[in-house]
Amino acid sequence: MSMLSRVAERVYWLGRYLERIENTARLVSVYGNVLLDLPRPAKLVWESLIAITGSGEDFATRYASADEHSVVCFYLTDRANPAALVNSADNARENARTVREMVPSSIWEGINDLHIYLHDHVEAALARRGRDAFLSRVIESCQYLVGCMAGSMSRDAAYHFLRAGRYLERADMTSRIVDVGTANVFPWGTGGRDEMGVTHDLDPYESILWMNVLRSLNALQMYRRQVPDRICAEEVVAFLLQDEGFPRAVANCLEALQSCLRHLPRNGAAVSTVTAAIGHVGQANVAALLETDGVHEFIDQMQIEFNTLHAVINASWFEPQA
Amino acid sequence: MKFSWQNYDSLGFYDELIGPRAVARTAGSAVAQHIRSLTMDEIRARQRAAELAVKTMGITFTVYSEGTNIDRAWPYDIIPRTIAGSDWDKVEAGLVQRLTALNLFIDDVYNEQRILREGVVPRDLILESVNFRAACVGMRPKHGVWAHICGSDLIRNRDGTFYVLEDNLRVPSGVSYMLENRKVTKRVFPELFAADNMRPIGEYTSHLFAMLASLSPRNGPRPVVVVLTPGIYNSAYFEHSYLAQQMGAELVEGGDLFVGSDDCVYMRTIAGPARVDVIYRRIDDLFLDPEVFNPDSTLGVPGLMRAWLRGKVALANAPGAGVADDKAVYTYVPDMIRYYLGEDAILPNVETYRCGEKEPCAYVLQHLDKLVVKPVNESGGYGMLMGPTASADERHAFARLVRANPRNYVAQPLIALSTCPTVCSGGIEPRHLDLRPFILQGAQHYVTPGGLTRVALKKGSFVVNSSQGGGSKDTWIVDVQ
Repeated sequence: MSMLSRVAERVYWLGRYLERIENTARLVSVYGNVLLDLPRPAKLVWESLIAITGSGEDFATRYASADEHSVVCFYLTDRANPAALVNSADNARENARTVREMVPSSIWEGINDLHIYLHDHVEAALARRGRDAFLSRVIESCQYLVGCMAGSMSRDAAYHFLRAGRYLERADMTSRIVDVGTANVFPWGTGGRDEMGVTHDLDPYESILWMNVLRSLNALQMYRRQVPDRICAEEVVAFLLQDEGFPRAVANCLEALQSCLRHLPRNGAAVSTVTAAIGHVGQANVAALLETDGVHEFIDQMQIEFNTLHAVINASWFEPQA
Repeated sequence: MKFSWQNYDSLGFYDELIGPRAVARTAGSAVAQHIRSLTMDEIRARQRAAELAVKTMGITFTVYSEGTNIDRAWPYDIIPRTIAGSDWDKVEAGLVQRLTALNLFIDDVYNEQRILREGVVPRDLILESVNFRAACVGMRPKHGVWAHICGSDLIRNRDGTFYVLEDNLRVPSGVSYMLENRKVTKRVFPELFAADNMRPIGEYTSHLFAMLASLSPRNGPRPVVVVLTPGIYNSAYFEHSYLAQQMGAELVEGGDLFVGSDDCVYMRTIAGPARVDVIYRRIDDLFLDPEVFNPDSTLGVPGLMRAWLRGKVALANAPGAGVADDKAVYTYVPDMIRYYLGEDAILPNVETYRCGEKEPCAYVLQHLDKLVVKPVNESGGYGMLMGPTASADERHAFARLVRANPRNYVAQPLIALSTCPTVCSGGIEPRHLDLRPFILQGAQHYVTPGGLTRVALKKGSFVVNSSQGGGSKDTWIVDVQ
């Protein structure tokens, strides 16, 4: 039986919101840990987190400064921030509630449980002491759900839309994190390059920076296995944008998205849009982009492509016909 | 200290579990004995575990409050209500008999109108009823059945006799809670299931799907059945979603459907339009089709009545079926059973006075302090007068309403609803309850073993509606060896 357009749209957004919850929890968790490694003023680190989600202006309207407490509130409990965990959790549950009949009941119960847990414990996580346990539990719940989906859902349209939402959201987040990593908003220098553009391998902060970028994507170990000798901008950016095997690398997300779309009816426009995007990411010359400070512009381009992709998915399957 | 039934007192009401001298009824002996083996602290721990299970399973109902919708956890009491299988067999036969007659009546009303011509049921009462749909005249739904899904409210009086309080033939709800209550009991009282021999209820949705599929206008291998919901803000949305999921049917909103130029109904899917055969609609008649009924309705589907009247799609329940479920028509059901089936009603009605008739109306107005007066068309316990507990002013105000529009009211004596032990803040206390079984009729009949037990959680209260502080219990039909 074919899937209702309205339901397909809800399932797709459910996939996006669940991924957003995990990403947000992971970012806040990693940033808390970065502080323990760095000698520089902590405030700047938290500012860079705001930059990742592109929320600087919105943040500035409600908070006097980007101190730890404000930033953590912003991402965890701030109702006015659409990306705050409490909002994503409500949105995920509301979408799940409307498509409850489409997903196995274990998944609905898992989402409901995550929602209850998150609301019951999020206040306690504003203080540093309770935060790690809270964020770990949230991340675990998301991963549990991904596991449930993989293990209990038929490979039908619902499954493909759910994953399509997840991969587009994930590609978007990875690209933002790379963008911030290379855009000099981090407080510890210019990514290790001097005025002549020469990379100093020994710059201790560069390595910490990129280690934490990798950590925020749960990518450090996998990167190490791939690139054993060193951690530097060029290798990390190439890994996060172009690696075809790592599940949070943009190229891998887009390939996965492409395979989801291939299973859906009337997929011509969407498949060709994602195929073009895969080509652009794969062909990028990361070394040259870093040399010319072109990473930010490149990622801007990429984000435009993601937006187009979303619009094409919307027009292909969600908008009412007849 | 283990719990003891010695101090449990149902104050003269019929108690479902504990009979005279604190002895458990046969069907409930295993339940009563098990509770006796626990301390009050253990019992409360189970109640808390159940409430947590309800929350995690996401069993909710929606209440409207100050313009917002609140999704509340479903109130559930852990002590099951038990009924002997031998008692139930008679109830089941009575319910089948009743729905059979009601369907013959509705079909008659929209076609030959024999029963009206012969004066068994007054013509005006039916043709002037707000639930009579002129648009349905001449229609012959498949199997001659209009009300495919019926939820009848039963109560037991002081001697334990079952009575029918009302029949819900429009969009009765509650069956999902009946099914979920059983699942919760399995989670919190698994050991009880080994000790007792109760009838399973989990097949309801299979029977529902088979019944709906039997209505399909096309002879295909697997007809396309959908559940039509008003949407997520409806108080019964949980149930709509639940039933669709359990049946593997699509849950649709009005905007998901359209009627094509061939008068067939289609749903908008990711692969394009797909034809729909059977619609289990959970929206009221007047919102079904803005071309025929309420033109402002955005919940329905323009052209849906046309599709139905031309036999291109089946609707369950059929539009117009509600003509048989107002509280004045209810009083004639025993007559319908005699008229169409030549039988006496197996299940009695509650004695009811029709205010539309002169003598009963005079009696009602003289005895308002002893009666419950209800408008014939409301459900959910709204707009009624509880005479014995009302103030003199309230009774006077209500008397004016009755005099102004007598036909709109019926009155019944206050029934001494039976009780069942319920976990309350003060321990285990008797609380009043009713029972809503669900009856299906398509090519065949099916009756749920038991039904949804609703319990008034407030001490001494007879109001069981969940929107007004009612709770629920799992209901067991126990076959005693």
